[in-house]
Amino acid sequence: MPKDGGIGASSKRREDVRFLTGNGKYTDDINMRGQAYVHFLRSDVAHGTLTKVDTSAAAEMPGVVQIFTGADFVEIGGMPCGWQVTDKHGDPMHEPKHPVLAHGKVRHVGEPIAAVVAETLAQARDAAEAIEVDIAELPAVVNMKDAVKDGAPKVHDELPGNLCYDWGFVEENKGAVDEAFEKAAHVTTLELTNNRLVANPMEPRVAIGDFDRSDGEHTLYTTSQNPHVIRLLMGAFVLGIPEHKLRVVAPDVGGGFGTKIFHYQEEAFCTFAAKAVNRPVKWTSTRSEAFVSDAHGRDHVTKIELALDAENNFTALRTDTYANMGAYLSTFAPSVPTWLHGTLMAGNYKTPLIYVNVKAVFTNTVPVDAYRGAGRPEATYQLERLVDMAAHELGVDPIALRRQNFITEFPYATPVAVEYDTGDYVATMDKLEEMADLSGFEARRKASEAKGKLRGFGVNCYIEACGIAPSNLVGQLGARAGLYESATVRVNATGGLVVMTGSHSHGQGHETSFAQVVAEMIGIDESMIDIVHGDTSKVPMGMGTYGSRSIAVGGSAMVRATEKIIAKAKKIASHLLEASEGDIELKDGAFSVAGTDKSVAWGDVTLAAYVPHNYPLDDIEPGLEETAFYDPANFTYPSGAYACEVELDPDTGQVSIERFSAADDFGNIINPMIVTGQVHGGIAQGVGQALLENCAYDEEGQLLSASYMDYAMPRASDLPFYDVDHSCQTPCTHNPLGVKGCGEAGAIGSPPAVVNAVINAMRSGGHDVKHIDMPVSPARVWAAMNG
Amino acid sequence: MYNFDVERPSTVAEAVAAMGRDEAQPMSGGQTLIPTLKARLAAPSVLVSLGGIEEMKGVSMADGLLSVGGGTTHAAVAREAAAHYPALAGLAARIGDPAVRNRGTIGGSVANNDPSACYPAAVLGSGATVVTNQREIAADDYFLGMFETALDEGEIVTGVNFPVPQAAHYEKMIQPASRFPLVAVFVAKFSDGLRVAVTGASNNGVFRWTEAETALAADFSADALNGVKADASEMISDLHGTGAYRAHLVNVMTKRAVAAIG
Repeated sequence: MPKDGGIGASSKRREDVRFLTGNGKYTDDINMRGQAYVHFLRSDVAHGTLTKVDTSAAAEMPGVVQIFTGADFVEIGGMPCGWQVTDKHGDPMHEPKHPVLAHGKVRHVGEPIAAVVAETLAQARDAAEAIEVDIAELPAVVNMKDAVKDGAPKVHDELPGNLCYDWGFVEENKGAVDEAFEKAAHVTTLELTNNRLVANPMEPRVAIGDFDRSDGEHTLYTTSQNPHVIRLLMGAFVLGIPEHKLRVVAPDVGGGFGTKIFHYQEEAFCTFAAKAVNRPVKWTSTRSEAFVSDAHGRDHVTKIELALDAENNFTALRTDTYANMGAYLSTFAPSVPTWLHGTLMAGNYKTPLIYVNVKAVFTNTVPVDAYRGAGRPEATYQLERLVDMAAHELGVDPIALRRQNFITEFPYATPVAVEYDTGDYVATMDKLEEMADLSGFEARRKASEAKGKLRGFGVNCYIEACGIAPSNLVGQLGARAGLYESATVRVNATGGLVVMTGSHSHGQGHETSFAQVVAEMIGIDESMIDIVHGDTSKVPMGMGTYGSRSIAVGGSAMVRATEKIIAKAKKIASHLLEASEGDIELKDGAFSVAGTDKSVAWGDVTLAAYVPHNYPLDDIEPGLEETAFYDPANFTYPSGAYACEVELDPDTGQVSIERFSAADDFGNIINPMIVTGQVHGGIAQGVGQALLENCAYDEEGQLLSASYMDYAMPRASDLPFYDVDHSCQTPCTHNPLGVKGCGEAGAIGSPPAVVNAVINAMRSGGHDVKHIDMPVSPARVWAAMNG
Repeated sequence: MYNFDVERPSTVAEAVAAMGRDEAQPMSGGQTLIPTLKARLAAPSVLVSLGGIEEMKGVSMADGLLSVGGGTTHAAVAREAAAHYPALAGLAARIGDPAVRNRGTIGGSVANNDPSACYPAAVLGSGATVVTNQREIAADDYFLGMFETALDEGEIVTGVNFPVPQAAHYEKMIQPASRFPLVAVFVAKFSDGLRVAVTGASNNGVFRWTEAETALAADFSADALNGVKADASEMISDLHGTGAYRAHLVNVMTKRAVAAIG
């Protein structure tokens, strides 16, 4: 019988009422008295020297308050990078300056050159057109392998070779890996591209700066997944504002998918300009601006090789990846192809020797950073395409080859630094085979063939690492931040309570699922609990939401704070019940003395805490409010197996997904309905990457897919009815809820299944296609099948 | 957008007069023009809205000729032409999305002549006549190239007259991002001949595929098109497909249209 509340219940998402009735409060819904509007004049060339930026005529235009250029920010800090990678020689990565507004040079289409603050948005745009800008164009470099060649155009003059870092992992293993390849019975080699994507959250970015002269406090309202991180980075590194004079608010946020983690120039500008012009300054991105100013995702080019022995055991893995950084380092860009990618290369397999090389390259393109999955989809895609190719080359069943090489004993220390605490890859594969109805596939293939279509089946496994931690480890890896999470639980006198969490919800349903956890722990109704997030003036220092960390890290902090609440409440109850503290039990919202019928209700205890007439004042303070910071001992390791079945029209190359099955192991689950929804959304994005989405530049660095006319987003009609299961549960061993996280799994696990299925379909039609790059568009499929 | 005046004529005559103003731009459904204005890619001084002209709206049938007013929305054509010319109604029913179909008009589409628009294929494929405030123009003389037509400056498309074929079919493969045709083919079979019109494929906009017409005149079957190749050299090559791919699709879509007619 399903529960109707607490942990494990499919409680309806309480936040959806306001979202679906138009009552959400998004940043763009905020309008300040006297606000001015900013329009950014952006570069329309990819690379060039700014020889003139003359704002004198524009400054005389109607409604102009003030115009800013790069010269106004020369004395101010640049955009900081939050992760420093050390290269294979032990040297720090190259970290070029990243100005708030371009100065001297422009390095990608969309880079802001000037900002016009005016009375109306239309006036700001009109004035921006009157700014005289001369750019002496320089040759652009877009392709990563061209960028690292001798004589390539230099994105940053001081940096020859356009190389940010050359990372080897684990460098000491390289010799042993090479040796294993020499001894291999079989080697499978694959070269592939992980296509560049644009995140495209439904809500474009918005920033509003405000400055209160009465107390000298700055406020930034922004579309962020992590307001405290923005406060720290912008306050400390860009504008030099101490945290107690800087409030950052990220109210309802309409989707982030990673691209709203980062600290952007527009945020720093609006905060700076609000003080400079002495009025609130608002910027709302247009969709067109978003394409050239939101950090992009993925964009890896990889050669990967697998060594197998004569019994088809994986003996070594070697990869060589070029990772596009774009023109500047976005906030966490260096970590994505390294610590979020190299550490995942073992996948679900007990390959004993692994070496990963990653060259991070600057190009004249929009900066690239984390996008749903961030490094893990890139790792999974390479590995799971490679294993499929190896099975094909060896003439063995791809599922059997995977099963043969599965890790089956936990904890398992991989050769790429991480230790999986728990998992059961056999169980998820068993479940998947049942869901995917493999035995019926041949009949379905025949039915497709009778219609003149080809049918293909593809499978893949995935492992991911969520809740990146602990802080002392990530510090050694180059993170310039801690990766704990915080929560304050404030109980009110009449028993209701508010959880102020450092996690941030931008569609994930935290207000519902977090409340379920506390309701379960105390035994009170979920409606008595409110979840507050997204405001640095309300919430303790928190690190925000990304990397599927919220329930595993933020939820754990909330559990720790609630445990402190319960411990104190028990002390109060023992006083009220005149019993020993050790005999007090909390059940269903009441404290009782074990073995007796004496009890006191939750509300009586909370009232006593704030009206302490009969209260152990000598022992404990009044009040009932506790804070906890939780720093995990390890990552969590969700895993699963996905299967995709496609039908392919050989005349047009069109692929349609007919079935999609996902068997995930997320450990314990708080709200199954929300988890299912997260997997649905993740698969939609994974299918989008696999079949549709393609962020493409031409050789001059112009973005070809700069609008929805050319950038194909997945739509409902592109997606099948998913079959999603998360009944395989191996709880995380090191957090109090036993949870692992589910936000990115769908996007990580689905692209290889789709591509494997398409290749399987093409082969069934007699086309010996080894590989096809994403997006697997009709044109590419047709070209692959027609030489 | 930049600032502009708006004129809302209620008759064609008033519209023609309004178009006499400096830098006037007619607007029908605005489904292409409004986004263009929002992106500041056009700056007319006067927008002459044709949406209030009742005499340009509606579908009527007389003497085997289906007359569609230039201001008739796609949704209205889908509804009102269904009994008379199902292939045309079906085409209209699948343009864009509901918002586009309830604002966009046949006159606007034909006047704009987007190389990837649906309507030009029906107009050319039916051998229709484009009616303007000044004259009647045969479809074969009307479409002159990508975004180019025989319209003079200020000339307004007031309607399109379609001869209704014995049978017709529009077969469309969509471009995955815009959902405009990547390649689409309109095949119409009349008692005295047949026409094959292709949209989405060519750098020169909609065109008649005469090789296919010849082959089908001898044998109206999909097999008759085996080996009949469209010229790839004139085809659009972009992110979504090469010219060779589009040329191939022209053949596939035509075969499917022919097969659907039976």
